[in-house]
Amino acid sequence: MELERFSYDNGIVRKFAYASVIFGIVGMLAGLYIALQLVFPVLNLGISFTTFGRLRPLHTNAVIFAFVGNGIFMGVYYSLQRLCKARMFSDFLSNLHFWAWQLIIVSAAITLPLGITTGKEYAELEWPIDIAITLVWVVFGVNMFGTILTRRERHLYVAVWFYIATFVTVAVLHIVNSFEIPVSLFKSYSWYAGVQDALVQWWYGHNAVAFFLTTPYLGLMYYFIPKAANRPVYSYRLSIIHFWALIFLYIWAGPHHLLYTALPDWAQSLGVVFSVMLIAPSWGGMINGLLTLRGAWDKVREDVTLKFMVVAVTAYGMATFEGPMLSLKNVNAIAHFTDWIIAHVHVGALGWNGFLTFGILYYLIPKMFRTELYSKKMANWHFWLGTLGIIFYAIPMYWAGFMQSLMWKEFTQEGLLKYPNFLETVTQIMPMYAARSLGGALYLVGVFIMTYNLIKTAAQGSFLENEPAEAAALPAVYVEHGTEHWHRWIERKPIQFLVLSLIMILIGGLFEMIPTFLVKSNIPTIASVKPYTPLELQGRDIYIREGCYTCHSQMIRPFRSETARYGEYSKAGEFVYDHPFQWGSKRTGPDLHRIGGKYPDSWHYNHMLDPTTISPGSIMPTYPWLLDNDLDTASTSGKIRAMQTLGVPYPVGFDAKANQALMHQADSIAGNLKKDGIATASNKEIVALIAYLQRIGTDIKGNKK
Amino acid sequence: MKFINYLSNIAGIEIYPMISLFIFFIFFLGLLLFVFKADKDYLKKLENIPLETE
Repeated sequence: MELERFSYDNGIVRKFAYASVIFGIVGMLAGLYIALQLVFPVLNLGISFTTFGRLRPLHTNAVIFAFVGNGIFMGVYYSLQRLCKARMFSDFLSNLHFWAWQLIIVSAAITLPLGITTGKEYAELEWPIDIAITLVWVVFGVNMFGTILTRRERHLYVAVWFYIATFVTVAVLHIVNSFEIPVSLFKSYSWYAGVQDALVQWWYGHNAVAFFLTTPYLGLMYYFIPKAANRPVYSYRLSIIHFWALIFLYIWAGPHHLLYTALPDWAQSLGVVFSVMLIAPSWGGMINGLLTLRGAWDKVREDVTLKFMVVAVTAYGMATFEGPMLSLKNVNAIAHFTDWIIAHVHVGALGWNGFLTFGILYYLIPKMFRTELYSKKMANWHFWLGTLGIIFYAIPMYWAGFMQSLMWKEFTQEGLLKYPNFLETVTQIMPMYAARSLGGALYLVGVFIMTYNLIKTAAQGSFLENEPAEAAALPAVYVEHGTEHWHRWIERKPIQFLVLSLIMILIGGLFEMIPTFLVKSNIPTIASVKPYTPLELQGRDIYIREGCYTCHSQMIRPFRSETARYGEYSKAGEFVYDHPFQWGSKRTGPDLHRIGGKYPDSWHYNHMLDPTTISPGSIMPTYPWLLDNDLDTASTSGKIRAMQTLGVPYPVGFDAKANQALMHQADSIAGNLKKDGIATASNKEIVALIAYLQRIGTDIKGNKK
Repeated sequence: MKFINYLSNIAGIEIYPMISLFIFFIFFLGLLLFVFKADKDYLKKLENIPLETE
């Protein structure tokens, strides 16, 4: 058969590799900075752009979508070409994909510090950027499928299945979770409200972990570990089972983020069951990766690439063991809202994603530059600094999470909370926050060493932009050799493969969501729950803008320790007008669901100006600009109309009168403040925020009187 | 546009998760059956795909 000559595009791989390193450094620096803010609150600098609530989404988005995202594309663009024995379908699409993705990252880096956010974790980017992400994802998909369809290798290797599943699932997740109604160019409201929004969000959030941080990296694992170890994967059978079981089970697990919340009980149980089952394929995959090195463990001592990969796969194993454990209700009752979860995700992010990316970089850069790694010694330093960094990060966070949770739950013999002041439980864990920053700094120093090492490696080599290759073209008609099994058939048909994997991932999502959306009895209506007033709505948007949800939950779980501390536990029916929901996922500060009416207006005014005047030792940032900024009342009527479109029962024509009602309520709050000796104009942002804070959770409080 | 309360109830909702678990179980059994019946040489060829390039 005649051999065709072609070349692999290494140029695009290099671009993504550089972007991954650069944004990795940016994202980790942001992470280190916000970690230090918890220890030294003065680092919030008293300006809006640099407060924790705005930088924390920047950190998570940068690390997930810029560092890991570019890492995915680097590995996929390298391995896909070789597994398909074909150049990427279109150089133009490759470059369009690259530059558009970087543009999205830059726009995220600009908008998030400006407070332009949807207020939904890991999906904070506003609607114009959401649309851009969708378009770029389509470009990626066309380029990938173009390559697969013009391949010269009949069978799709297991790594390619993972790439296909990643593509289709991320597309579904992103589109479903991003349904939002634009109010202006930079502001939108989630289409869903309350419990439904929470379910969609954590179906998205969990599966962003599954299909952005896990499946593409498993694909990379199945390609790069065999490559680096120069031996085939341990069991191809296991990889087939791993793949199908993983993608089917993962999609169900989202509700384990919402245990003991107002989510219907059956949905919570479903999330638990599937999370526990998930350990089987996860560990199957981990074992498959590690046992690929059977008989080659001596290489692990020598080869820095393999060292990183072994720790990465081990970290994957630890995180995927911990995940199912955390989804058990009794464990979750302790871990949820604490730093335990922060430890858990960083074992995944620093260990699994970070170390696998570093391993691939140490493998690819010398290869593409046709040279040896500049310094093995430096790479070994990076390895040990990184490993120590993970340990110094994770252990203090486990400790802090466990300790704080137990303090929250401790009662005295008289039956009172032993630590009624939330702040006391925070100051106790400050040393752990400091230790965690040290761990992060060690890890980051390792990354700097790697960057230097890779730059020197690139400098001493010569880059092979287009790597020549040759392979026989596929015959147009496939000739069957005797009888064959269905899975062989599917492995030859990428489009059918795509459809089958789409069906597999849709089953779980549909089974969870349809009942929650369609069945009335799941979200019992509470008659006294009313829509927000225009001023409260504006205040709520300030709450979202400042990222309050990154440190405060609005979800009181039905535990004695929580009802004693915060008040009546949260009910599903209380959130029906919350577009988006603001339940939060971490309590660096106390829960706020019953904050309404707890303190006078002046308390909030002084507290936002400087929390330490009211709570000495508080690590909350100061918000002086809220006292100076004028409230943007021009947006009020548009917001009311958007809410009406979403089904919030404001009277017809209310949008025209909304500002009148807004000013009326604002004047009354300004009047309250005046009585306490605080002179403020009623058109300041702080007034709207106070209105919102005083409203939260009061609908059913009033009912009880 | 409102996404809530189209139906007051779905009769026998409990059966839905059971059905999906059943679907998965059957699929999983089929998968097991396939991988253990699969031709060894064929699998060997597949797992060597990454190694034969370059």
